[in-house]
Amino acid sequence: MSAIANPYAESVELLRVDDIEVIYDSAVLAVSGVSLTVPKGAIIALLGANGAGKSTTLKAISGLVRADRAEVSSGSIHFQGQMSTHTPPHVLVQQGIVHVLEGRHVFAHLTVEENLRSGGFVRRPSRQSLQAGLERIYTWFPRLKEKRKVQAGYTSGGEQQMVAIGRALMTNPSMVLLDEPSMGLAPLIVQEIFEIVSQLNEKEGVSFLLAEQNIPVALKHAHYGYVLETGKIVLSGTAQELLQNTALQDAYLGKKQ
Amino acid sequence: MEFFLEVLTGGLLAGLMYSLVAIGFVLIYKASGVFNFAQGSMVLFSALTFVSLLERGVPFWVSFAVTLLTMIALAWAIERVVLRPLVNRPPITLFMATLGLSYIIEGVAQAMWGAQVHGLELGISDAPLEIGGMLLSQFDLFSAATAGILVLFLSLLFNKTRIGISLRAVADDQLAALAVGIKLQRIWMIVWAVAGFVGLVAGLLWGARLGVQFSLSLVVLKALPVLIIGGFTSIGGAIVGGLIIGASEKLAEVYLGPIIGGGIENWFPYVLALLFLLVRPAGIFGERAIERV
Ligand SMILES: Nc1ncnc2c1ncn2[C@@H]1O[C@H](COP(=O)(O)OP(=O)(O)OP(=O)(O)O)[C@@H](O)[C@H]1O
Ligand SMILES: [Mg+2]
Repeated sequence: MSAIANPYAESVELLRVDDIEVIYDSAVLAVSGVSLTVPKGAIIALLGANGAGKSTTLKAISGLVRADRAEVSSGSIHFQGQMSTHTPPHVLVQQGIVHVLEGRHVFAHLTVEENLRSGGFVRRPSRQSLQAGLERIYTWFPRLKEKRKVQAGYTSGGEQQMVAIGRALMTNPSMVLLDEPSMGLAPLIVQEIFEIVSQLNEKEGVSFLLAEQNIPVALKHAHYGYVLETGKIVLSGTAQELLQNTALQDAYLGKKQ
Repeated sequence: MEFFLEVLTGGLLAGLMYSLVAIGFVLIYKASGVFNFAQGSMVLFSALTFVSLLERGVPFWVSFAVTLLTMIALAWAIERVVLRPLVNRPPITLFMATLGLSYIIEGVAQAMWGAQVHGLELGISDAPLEIGGMLLSQFDLFSAATAGILVLFLSLLFNKTRIGISLRAVADDQLAALAVGIKLQRIWMIVWAVAGFVGLVAGLLWGARLGVQFSLSLVVLKALPVLIIGGFTSIGGAIVGGLIIGASEKLAEVYLGPIIGGGIENWFPYVLALLFLLVRPAGIFGERAIERV
């Protein structure tokens, strides 16, 4: 992967979500009429309050909705130009989409290193290439190297978030769906994690679709953002535009921080 | 004192036979949260298949290999026909499904091989061996060694291989496992196949001891107290649970038997298990959720 200075220089569309609707248990309509695009090499923020539908949208993209007894009942999702609405999760991971779940979901009884390794298996790598993958993650998250032998359940919240992101990076993704990385973490750790996200984006060209309630932090690092409200996109624009938008300021920034 | 040690050691060795059955439960419970009632039928089915092949003149290792392949095919079929359609259903549904499965497996076994009792000769004599002044059953020593090798094999599988790490990942968090591209269905099939292999080993040893017959599937009843004491999620727990049950039931039989009356061996493990339930519901080694966040 080459370094990309300006993500919009290429502006190749990596992901396109077209007017999707997601229904849980064939009864609860969680998301309807959501459309968005992620250009190659971009960091896109998906903003909104509790229950707005951020996680549901990400799960629709990664195919994990079905594991949650939900389905994309209309609309379509394309990844790299290919229809992916009903593709199983492991195939999507092979194609380059990986989902870092809200609440981190580390494998608590596995060591930090086993957690990271588990992300590498999907590529069926050789022993050396798996090891090289691990070293790459340890370069990004030096703290994880110190804790590599510790059960992930016994590491701090920030470290668990790093494990979750590192584990996802082990799949060699071109796009990471990152669900509320700031959740429950101290501001300093949040900053550290977002810095790494920006670096990964700049240096390795990894694209991110980032669900966040913490709007200031998200927009500081994202290029473009969408705002969700009760399952619908109500606003979108560049990070600059959104930061200056008074409606968004009043609705969220006033309440948060 | 010498007599006490002899009873204790004999009990410990015999207890490992229970552990063998319990391990099959632990594997499946860990990976999918299902209490597999059909484990006993799998023990029976494998022993019956093996002994029937043997009786038809098939050499020992060929019979073993064919039975193992049959168990793998069974695991594949169970994953396809039972587990996959029931994914995301509550554990009680899956438990009921395995209950049904146990009768189907027994029915198929009967249809294939008939209902008569078969003797199974593994070529290990049951004559006692004198070790350090104690008389120990050779057969018990052999099955204890087998249990040891099996546990070693499983711990290598779980801790050193990619499949093992994926298996433990699925046991910890299915959604996260899916999110990094692990194929749940493949993992489930592998777990059931490994549980089938463990069932085969248990089936051969139990079959050699009790004869291969339909009541063999009732060995699950001996494994239950072991699971309660050792915990449903730990192979080490299954071993320790087996040792505790084996030792205590023999000691109870010998020392309490004459006072309370014979047959104590049959119900004493359950008394012990109930006591454990009151004191330590997750079992000695049962995995508790790691609380710290
Ligand atoms: N497993 C589920 N079963 C039924 N309904 C669900 C489920 N998960 C989410 N929902 C519903 O879907 C809607 C959107 O939820 P979602 O989790 O996508 O929101 P969110 O924006 O991620 O919120 P949060 O910031 O709290 O994570 C909510 O109304 C929620 O009640
Ligand atoms: Mg959410």
